[in-house]
Amino acid sequence: MKQFAYARPADREEAVAMVSGSPGARYLAGGTNLVDLMRLGVAGPDLLVDVSALLPSGVQEQPDRGLLIGAGTPNSDLAADERIRRDHPVLSQALLAGASGQLRNMATVGGNLLQRTRCVYFTDVTKPCNKREAGSGCPARTGAHRDLAVLGASEACIATHPSDMAVALAALDARVHVSGSDGDRVLALDDFYRLPGEDPSRDTTLKHGDLVTAVEIPLASALTRRSAYRKARDRASYAFALGSVAVALEVSGTTVRDVRIAFGSLAHRPWRARTAEDALRGAPATADAFSAAVEVELGAAAPLPDNAFKVPLARNLAVSVLSALLEEAPR
Amino acid sequence: MTPVTSSAVSVHVNGDAYRLELDHRTSLLDALREHLALTGTKKGCDHGQCGACTVLLGGRRVYSCLVLCVAVGDREVVTVEGLADGADLHPVQEAFVQRDAFQCGYCTPGQICSAVGMLREAEAGWPSAVTSADTGTSRLDEAEVRERMAGNLCRCGAYANIVPAILDAAGHGGADR
Ligand SMILES: Cc1cc2nc3c(=O)[nH]c(=O)nc-3n(C[C@H](O)[C@H](O)[C@H](O)COP(=O)(O)OP(=O)(O)OC[C@H]3O[C@@H](n4cnc5c(N)ncnc54)[C@H](O)[C@@H]3O)c2cc1C
Ligand code: SF4
Ligand code: FES
Ligand code: FES
Repeated sequence: MKQFAYARPADREEAVAMVSGSPGARYLAGGTNLVDLMRLGVAGPDLLVDVSALLPSGVQEQPDRGLLIGAGTPNSDLAADERIRRDHPVLSQALLAGASGQLRNMATVGGNLLQRTRCVYFTDVTKPCNKREAGSGCPARTGAHRDLAVLGASEACIATHPSDMAVALAALDARVHVSGSDGDRVLALDDFYRLPGEDPSRDTTLKHGDLVTAVEIPLASALTRRSAYRKARDRASYAFALGSVAVALEVSGTTVRDVRIAFGSLAHRPWRARTAEDALRGAPATADAFSAAVEVELGAAAPLPDNAFKVPLARNLAVSVLSALLEEAPR
Repeated sequence: MTPVTSSAVSVHVNGDAYRLELDHRTSLLDALREHLALTGTKKGCDHGQCGACTVLLGGRRVYSCLVLCVAVGDREVVTVEGLADGADLHPVQEAFVQRDAFQCGYCTPGQICSAVGMLREAEAGWPSAVTSADTGTSRLDEAEVRERMAGNLCRCGAYANIVPAILDAAGHGGADR
């Protein structure tokens, strides 16, 4: 690990000024991803700005505007929050499907959103990787890509975003609050993450020095209350997803009234399945209709030999969770 | 100006206060083992993947290999050495002895600290991935213990005795100390 200076600023303005003003500075929150990447030599900041004590922590109710989740909230507290469990179960379930009890106690909401890909070339500094070192190449395409992207990938990079939480947030239309050197702004999750394109070095649209301060989720509804997360992985627990899905479903009679579907571990960002959602709104609530709609969405997939299994896996996950939610729905 | 890459760090471990001059790169795990001679806490992977380094930080279980010691601040650290009350073992330790819940013992300090933290979490009503959404309660059974303890691997595969040891401790006030 490279040597580094350490600072614990008093407030968010000071923190933003410190990181914005120094290209080699990084924020430190729970450290569960950053400290590991520093030890691996993938990250080598010369200054760590510890924001763990100054970031807001906890869930705040905003009248008429839903819940405001502080970026410093530990993943375990958010998963256990009564309002989240009752009104947005997909988010609690996604958090509990991720990592382990110890990691969830350390990991923060902001750090979870900004964790880096688990692509094995990205984390191995002896290998080329366009994301880690621009222009060095992408060995994953012809190498180990079983875990990697089937949707939205580019010639330059086929990495996936590993967060479970972010997939649920995508389905819930979450918005991210950011403080930067030129003020505060709020970004839809869609405008927060990006596809790799020709510049896979960046996972998000954030600028250096931008600090995530909170995540906002809209008011609970019949839709968000009937929501669920399902994750497929190589072990029963404590493993990243091969594919996952966050779903919310509202039916009226035998018809889909409203639906949200987001896939995890299929792309460089949580993949909101808007094509499938549009096809399902007003359609019959049946397994066949679910399957047909998801097939159209996944028609855009361009899998490689070792990750082609992800396409039917994602379809089956979505259809089975939608069907399970339909079972429970009041008629 | 040369950057300052080490600091005087105060840490509170098992009820004692220490002041150390530490390179910022020092993990809490390395501070415990190399600077404070508290070698009960083990290093398995050093990457957050095994649980051998689990300690309680501010009352919660964490992986000490991923915590920078300089970032600990005034949060109290409790290691496996700090669980017993004199010769009186913690209920989780006692249950591990009674159930022979180890073979080589390398993962054991992490398993025990993790179980202590986990029993508190369950007592506080925190759900796990296998907690039924219908009941919302978390009565500890084998499936709950296995899921909640997934962050501690045992290379010897002593799980068959670890799970009943933790269930025993859960029934004997293991969450209260
Ligand atoms: C063995 C293992 C298994 C795991 N399994 C899973 C899993 O199954 N599912 C899953 O989703 N995750 C998993 N994780 C990842 C874990 O969830 C993340 O490491 C964690 O959420 C990161 O949060 P943190 O607070 O520790 O971030 P840090 O490590 O502190 O920071 C991560 C990055 O975000 C930046 N950052 C942090 N906070 C802010 C902020 N407020 N504003 C701007 N930038 C910020 C940092 O500079 C850094 O670049 C696993 C991790 C490990 C080690
Ligand atoms: S897929 Fe992306 S992260 Fe992985 S090696 Fe290629 S460029 Fe690097
Ligand atoms: S040594 Fe910390 S988790 Fe393995
Ligand atoms: S007892 Fe040997 S690793 Fe668990």
